[in-house]
Amino acid sequence: MRYAMALDTKKCVGCGDCVVACQTENNVPLGYSRDWITEVVKGQYPDVFLHFESQRCNHCEDTPCVRTCPTGASHVIEGGIVKVTHDECIGCGACIEACPYDARYFHPDGYVDKCTFCDHRVADGLDPACVSVCPTKCMYFGDLDDPDSEISQLLRTREHYTLLPEAGTAPQIYYLK
Amino acid sequence: MEERILATARDIEGLYPHVHIWGWPIATYLFLGGLAAGILLFATLYYLNGKENDMPFTVKIAPVFTFFFVAFGSLLLIYDLHHKPYFWRLFTAFRIESPMSWGAWTLASVSILSLLWPLSFVDSIEDYLHRRGWKRMDAITRWIIRMEHRWAPLRWLIMFFRRYRKLFAYLLLFLSIILGIYTGILLSAFNAHPLWNNSILGPLFLTSGVSTGSAFVMWLSNNKKERRLMSIIDMSLIAVELFFIIHMIMGMQAGPEAYKEAARLFLGGQFTVWFWVIFVGFGLVLPFLLEVFEVRGFHVHPAVPALLVLVGGFIFRIIMVYAGQMSEYPFL
Ligand code: SF4
Ligand code: SF4
Repeated sequence: MRYAMALDTKKCVGCGDCVVACQTENNVPLGYSRDWITEVVKGQYPDVFLHFESQRCNHCEDTPCVRTCPTGASHVIEGGIVKVTHDECIGCGACIEACPYDARYFHPDGYVDKCTFCDHRVADGLDPACVSVCPTKCMYFGDLDDPDSEISQLLRTREHYTLLPEAGTAPQIYYLK
Repeated sequence: MEERILATARDIEGLYPHVHIWGWPIATYLFLGGLAAGILLFATLYYLNGKENDMPFTVKIAPVFTFFFVAFGSLLLIYDLHHKPYFWRLFTAFRIESPMSWGAWTLASVSILSLLWPLSFVDSIEDYLHRRGWKRMDAITRWIIRMEHRWAPLRWLIMFFRRYRKLFAYLLLFLSIILGIYTGILLSAFNAHPLWNNSILGPLFLTSGVSTGSAFVMWLSNNKKERRLMSIIDMSLIAVELFFIIHMIMGMQAGPEAYKEAARLFLGGQFTVWFWVIFVGFGLVLPFLLEVFEVRGFHVHPAVPALLVLVGGFIFRIIMVYAGQMSEYPFL
């Protein structure tokens, strides 16, 4: 099993519902967020293009955050989901330094917090909160090891990119062009 | 042209505009670790070469300080943790892939051994301190000797360590090299920061740490021969350091854009003056020249080059910790 997410940049309008849904679902402290919207403007007037990227932890295949964690608090679970065990985390910040995507932060209680792909929902067969709430249905969550899953089919048929492939972490959030 | 802006609020400290979660405590910790590594390296090396009576300060006295350096460094590390009550988790796991993990284990072992090392020399240390007139330290040493006579477990411990001192010297020599390299590898393990991510950083930090160690001995020893030897050693270490630094910057210049960007921090960017004038100029080149003069027979007080090297080494770590976090892949 290899969970991944695909986001259709043609459909995303940058409403931020995914951000609010995550904050509610996961009790994220006020002012903090595990996912966020980046506005990307390309080109020069009069040929200007704009699209949005809903970003979060990329649940990378090659995880520098897990590698540098001294206690094993950061770890990978079934399906490639990267998680942090709160009471094993000493709050050293090594994983925050290691992540090229700003996906991790110190929770006000001291431990490190980040997107979990809503593994508690996924275990029940549900989509992550952000995916299920998106009003334009621009996000797809699924198993890349299953060639028939919707996400596998989309990645076969549509052009896509990932963020900072040059950082070498093999990110698993795909953006459909 | 491409412009990226954050469109939803993310009011999180230490992430924007660039990651900034490590500061002076980590830099000080790296400095003290390197200094301790340098001192212990010389102590064990000269002990193994049979120089314990020719170079008493190097072999016996300087290591007294290392325990305090290492202990204070560890306290700073714990102080910097955000989830402090769980710090003991560091010692319920050993993860070879994580420098922070094997570094913590190395640090713990070094701190224990660096307490036992001078303890095993306690009589001759007392003698030295008495002759030198360091009264307060002498009083403490005398108290330890009294305890040794009164309390059998302490006596056994000291006897045990004395008997296997040679073995411990090899162990401590090995650990001090690991400790010195670790202070650099802790940073170079982070791909996400191109400035840190180069393989020369481990050797560079080790060399710089050993150089601060020799400066420490040079500064506080009262033995002319010992001082002169450390002067000569420090000169060569500084030369090696300069070579590594140029090598590091050339390596970044030859790398992909993010690495060139990192080099620019030192080549015209925000840290140019700090790096070249303050660290390289006053922390390496000036003490090097002063040491050359001294060895040639001019009168230079050894404390001057020594303190320049020590302060320079500290500033170098501050610069690397701060500049490294500013060096990131272009991202939002
Ligand atoms: S995005 Fe960052 S936190 Fe998430 S798996 Fe990749 S490196 Fe780790
Ligand atoms: S902050 Fe916590 S999760 Fe991150 S590396 Fe340190 S111990 Fe591991």
